[in-house]
Amino acid sequence: MTGRARLVGVVAAGAGLVLSGGCGGGSGGTAATRASGAATKVTGTVTVLAAASLTEAFTRIGKDFAAANPGTRVTFSFAGSSALAQQIASGAPADVFASASPTNMKQVTDAGLGDGQPIVFARNQLVIAVPRGNPKRIAGLADLARSGVKVALCAEQVPCGAAAKTALAAAGVKLTPVTLEQDVKAALTKVKLGEVDAALVYRTDARTASSDVDGVEFPESAGAVNDYPIVALARAPNPAGAKAFVAHVLSDRGRAVLTGSGFQKP
Amino acid sequence: MRDKARTPPVLAIPAVIGVAFLVLPMIGLLVRAPWSTLPRQLATPHVLDALRLSLITSTTATIVSILLGVPLAWLLARSSFPGRRLVRALVTVPLVLPPVVGGVALLLVFGRRGLVGTWLDSQFGITLPFTTAGVVVAEAFVAMPFLVISVEGAIRAADLRYEEAAATLGATRWTVFRRVTLPIVAPGLAAGAVLCWARALGEFGATITFAGNYPGTTQTMPLIVYLALETDPPAAIVLSLILLAVSVTILVGLRERWISAP
Repeated sequence: MTGRARLVGVVAAGAGLVLSGGCGGGSGGTAATRASGAATKVTGTVTVLAAASLTEAFTRIGKDFAAANPGTRVTFSFAGSSALAQQIASGAPADVFASASPTNMKQVTDAGLGDGQPIVFARNQLVIAVPRGNPKRIAGLADLARSGVKVALCAEQVPCGAAAKTALAAAGVKLTPVTLEQDVKAALTKVKLGEVDAALVYRTDARTASSDVDGVEFPESAGAVNDYPIVALARAPNPAGAKAFVAHVLSDRGRAVLTGSGFQKP
Repeated sequence: MRDKARTPPVLAIPAVIGVAFLVLPMIGLLVRAPWSTLPRQLATPHVLDALRLSLITSTTATIVSILLGVPLAWLLARSSFPGRRLVRALVTVPLVLPPVVGGVALLLVFGRRGLVGTWLDSQFGITLPFTTAGVVVAEAFVAMPFLVISVEGAIRAADLRYEEAAATLGATRWTVFRRVTLPIVAPGLAAGAVLCWARALGEFGATITFAGNYPGTTQTMPLIVYLALETDPPAAIVLSLILLAVSVTILVGLRERWISAP
């Protein structure tokens, strides 16, 4: 009996691990930084919640920002935009939110949790990710519908899946994917491991995986461009830091990093 | 039978906290559930597909686990071979492995380019990822250790003398196992099978990583719940409750039939 009880404990603990997996994130700034709201002087920690597809670009921007503002530190929590929006709604102590879709941003601003209007700072569009060397000779969306080509798409519920649906409809291509992945990185992983022959992912994701994956551009992606909005949060523990970070992302230096990662200018 | 002793507070207090800890999240689901949307959710075709798929795959994974796990448990409990402790430790690895990692590991072995998968594909034309069979593989991988540990414990606890008596009366080892050992460990086997089934039913990480997510073939209830959470959290709550209700009903039904609570 005790053995069984202990096992049930293990099950519960396992479930707890799975459930807590999505919530990363550091603690926010200190109360002291809130008090010193002096105009330009930025100190303390800035906590940024950003879409998973921003991981590489924002990590660099964060380093630049800390270098430009001695005494500051930027901590990131990268996850799916919808998960982040829910964390903010549940009171996560964060300063800045950068979303991969206006829909998730709207959830935050509609709840009155944004400080001012969100600003679109980058755009991303889809490419066809294929294993390096493009063994199936895929040149466009129509090739994905060929028999014997296994395709992974994102689920419609996440931004990359919604964009894929729009692009496929624009091209008039009907295809049956083998899987609808929960986020863009999962779809990309299926290509990297060779389990599928192609996946529709963001150009930036294909670029970060360029050692295993080639990105095939296709014209219909222009009709399914993803806007990335950013906003300082109303309940930011470090409001000065939040505003300064947003300004840094929108600055020429921030834009240069984003373009370097494959994002387009808004 | 002695009178039930008064429970000492040192046990009662943590026990009550433990119950609250385990039950409160479920109450949270019940309180926040938008019950009015339940009929609409049930009418969505993918939901019933997912529920059916969940029940079929978790039951199949349990059967696979029994067929492979009971002999394995017997081996671990009753035979001695070099490296037995190591084998036991390895068998329980899926318990501590994050399920998503388990899914990646399965891809590396049974995937199209995996160690075994390449051979399966070239010899038999079988590819497991993105198939219902792949879901069963993922679930069995994660859930079988629960069964093995339960059954091994039961076999260890069983009195060896019954088996020895049967053997002295001329029964073969197979007969002893079938007619003596199995009936003695039946309660442990049942408990292990229930744990295994429940774990398989709730499996998410290994399934979505190894088998993918497609309605009708690999989209089980936990996967549909996760995706609903992306856009429509109230729907996700209702879907979780459907899964919860079905699994509790089945477990209670089984318990009354086969598992005698002491």
